[in-house]
Amino acid sequence: MSEELNPREREGVIHPEVRARSDESERGPNGQRLQHAEAASKPIRADAPREPQPRGARIKGNRPIDQGEAAERFLAAPLHQKAHDERLWDVRKKRDTAAHGIPEWEELREIASQIKAHTLTHLDQYLAQFEAAAKANGVHVHWAEDGAAHNRIVLDILQKHGAKSLVKSKSMLTEECGFRHFMAAHDIDIIETDLGERIQQLDEEEPSHVVMPAVHKTRLDVADVFARTLGTDPDNDDAHYLAESQRETTRPLILKADAGLTGCNFAIAETGTVVTCTNEGNADLSGNVPPLQIHSIGIEKIIPKVEHLGVFIRLLSRSALGSPITQYTSHFRAPRAGTEMHMVLVDNGRSERLGMEEFWTSLKCIRCGACMNTCPVYRRSGGLSYGATYSGPIGLIIDPTFNKRKYSTLPFSSTMNGSCTNVCPVKINIHEQIFAWRKVLAEEHQIPLLKQGMMKAAGAVLSRPAAYRAAIGAADSALRALPRFAVYNPANTWGKKREMPHAPRQSFHAWYRQNRMNKDGQS
Amino acid sequence: MRIGLFVPCYVDAFEPEVGIATLELLERFGLDVEYPFDQTCCGQPMTNTGCHAEAAATEALFVKNFSGFDYVVAPSGSCVHQVREHLTAIPQTDEVKAVRAKTFELVEFLHDVLKIEELPWAAFPHRVAYHSNCNALRGIGHARPSELNRPYFSKPLNLLKKVKGIEIVDLARPDECCGFGGTFSVFEPAVSAKMGYDKVTDQARAGADYVVSADSSCLMHQKGCAERLGVPLKYIHIAQVLNGAAA
Amino acid sequence: MSAREAIFARLKANRPAGDFPLPAVPDFAPLVGDDLVAEFTERLGKMGGRVERAGSPADPFAPVRSRLAGAAVIASAVPEFTGNRDLRTARRPQEMADVDVAIVRARFGVAETGSVLFTQDDLIVNSVAYLAQHLIVLLDPADLLTNIHAAYRRPEFGQSAYAVLHTGPSATADIEGVLIHGAQGVRSLTVLLLQRKIQAE
Repeated sequence: MSEELNPREREGVIHPEVRARSDESERGPNGQRLQHAEAASKPIRADAPREPQPRGARIKGNRPIDQGEAAERFLAAPLHQKAHDERLWDVRKKRDTAAHGIPEWEELREIASQIKAHTLTHLDQYLAQFEAAAKANGVHVHWAEDGAAHNRIVLDILQKHGAKSLVKSKSMLTEECGFRHFMAAHDIDIIETDLGERIQQLDEEEPSHVVMPAVHKTRLDVADVFARTLGTDPDNDDAHYLAESQRETTRPLILKADAGLTGCNFAIAETGTVVTCTNEGNADLSGNVPPLQIHSIGIEKIIPKVEHLGVFIRLLSRSALGSPITQYTSHFRAPRAGTEMHMVLVDNGRSERLGMEEFWTSLKCIRCGACMNTCPVYRRSGGLSYGATYSGPIGLIIDPTFNKRKYSTLPFSSTMNGSCTNVCPVKINIHEQIFAWRKVLAEEHQIPLLKQGMMKAAGAVLSRPAAYRAAIGAADSALRALPRFAVYNPANTWGKKREMPHAPRQSFHAWYRQNRMNKDGQS
Repeated sequence: MRIGLFVPCYVDAFEPEVGIATLELLERFGLDVEYPFDQTCCGQPMTNTGCHAEAAATEALFVKNFSGFDYVVAPSGSCVHQVREHLTAIPQTDEVKAVRAKTFELVEFLHDVLKIEELPWAAFPHRVAYHSNCNALRGIGHARPSELNRPYFSKPLNLLKKVKGIEIVDLARPDECCGFGGTFSVFEPAVSAKMGYDKVTDQARAGADYVVSADSSCLMHQKGCAERLGVPLKYIHIAQVLNGAAA
Repeated sequence: MSAREAIFARLKANRPAGDFPLPAVPDFAPLVGDDLVAEFTERLGKMGGRVERAGSPADPFAPVRSRLAGAAVIASAVPEFTGNRDLRTARRPQEMADVDVAIVRARFGVAETGSVLFTQDDLIVNSVAYLAQHLIVLLDPADLLTNIHAAYRRPEFGQSAYAVLHTGPSATADIEGVLIHGAQGVRSLTVLLLQRKIQAE
């Protein structure tokens, strides 16, 4: 009997009556199950047997990513796929509950969207204001045109201080910049401090989700990674044990780090403040413990004033996780006594994107991940299948701005169902931009020739009634004809996993002619 | 009131009874319904794939066929969404704009234009899961999508409530896309089919006997998935139910 | 051309056409009742924090006595409690690594979210709020604000080098959605409702 108890229960850390078997989540003062942060609303423990973790898209230089191929491998790992889908759907539902609990929710979204539109269209002014405020606060301000410049600037700062190790909190911008790989090549030890991001770093894998970097991994995968890299017990997959092992091994690295770096959720122009939102407090550790403090800021993160922050803070965590606020909302404005604070403002394609008429509003994104959680394709593909820094719906419209050829396939990894647009806290018309990207890519011949050829053939048939009727005129030829304009390809991808439609006795057209028209052809 | 009936290509080819039900239903309300004989398609397969230039001639043909009607009605939210929002590959003349503005999906036409109050001929004593086509739901506003904090409404369910004996069952993921997605269904078959399997499983778990939708395309995909899984669900278009189909 | 100049030049050249005025942020009605203490207590509880009313004037720390009794190192930033680690003489943030319990006072609390705010002046050493194992927060019920909009009208955000809202303890659920407190920072956060003393200085 006692052998069935998990290790924490054996040690008496949590009384067995307080929680159901296999439910390890924290409880509140009254014994009620807590669901803040990214917590699941019910235990989702994936059952044994062990299933190897499916890996992401195969990157072949600049060749277009085959998202569908990677997704197929993800689907071939049903334990992972099911856990991933259910976990993210749960987060989506928690988001709905949070959003529906605020009467002014839709108004907040509209205001947030307008604040972002205003700021982005006056970005030079607000950046100048931010820079002046930051300098007045005693902050060193740097400008980077691209990811490589960002990395060089940070390296330069580190070298001037003789810094050899850096603890950092999660930052999608540094992922964009290939920061970890660059620093590894320059013998700088980078330590991720967000648990999910740390798991990914130790597994030498990119984050699969902007908010939950390791959401595609089961606890068994994490146990494997930690056993391999941190020396934990490979047979102990208790989540508390794993998280505690990470805490205990990371803490000494934080204490002896020479520098700390954070990303930035919001940068306030009037005060020169960098705002970070975390649940672990790891941005605060990165910013407050090491003697040198660096903040990497995408230039689109600017908002004009402190009062605007309230709008975004109310939207961000509710959209991301269904939680009213992150555990920590941190406002870094000026250096601690006796230390240096650096802010690196990074463009990396943003100013170019501002000039793209149909796509500039994607710069409004606050990286909440709500579009990923709700996306039915993302939930069944895994974030790594996109082979890009940004996955899911927002990735489909941002990634091609970085590399039109490599990410030319991504806007097609969508059913354009529009749920992403509806959950977006800053009202980016994501699914319409996916549609618009398809047009751009087709016009610039970035879609496969076969696909474009099929569409040309379809257009030729569908625009000529006689040809169209000839193709489907006889009912029993409809099945053979349909492929001409809809489902043809050599592999019969429709029929592989679905039954083909049954051919009716006659088409509507034939029925109408027979039943509703006289011999003169008049109806 | 002159109504132009648009029967989308896959309805024409695979689900002619949906076209017939739409025609008969509109005629029950005393409308003068014409079926322009040279019609083909709205152009969606091409624009959906980004190939707008390849859709232009088809779009022009659509406008030519449906110009001059008071309303154009089609039993497909997806095609109506294409006409209304995306029929832009040809110059936007007054004629084109008029056709686009007057094109209605059957449910919204009955609900918003005709404002029908009763369907005395309709009875469907079955447990029904309603499937919201995404373009109908979020594109042309059939109902309040679950994501939005706005007052609830549903035009298709308002209509189905007028059908005697019908029982609507609740899905666990009511607004989740079924994975058809137009050409997505053939270009991304693995994810498309998995979404379809999950949708069908949700419908079966909810205890439905029938699945009703305003779009034959989604139904065709779901039916193919259900048959492959061996799930004994039946799929029927809302036009047929509203027109009094017994089963 | 410097990177700064190049970026600014592109931003000017690529500015989207159209008029995009800055919207006013309305004064949204708070989504909390009149009893801010009750609302704050309930909401912080859901975020994994605890709220205790101070004990008798003779022993205001009675509700957290057991936590304090088990602590070897207590760092206090408040005059109401004398710890055994002096924050004011600390030279490095890393010195807080062995603190078991830190006691700090919040500038204010936010009823709608269950948050408390600290600045660098309240913490004395910022790192103590993260490196300590447990955090005890003194909060005067009179310092409760209704919502986050009210919070951002406070002057601290424009004046402090560092200001932070804590809403419960450090948390993660990055492993299969299992909620775990003490991910990297404090394992628990307890708010003790205790009026500010009027300082004679």
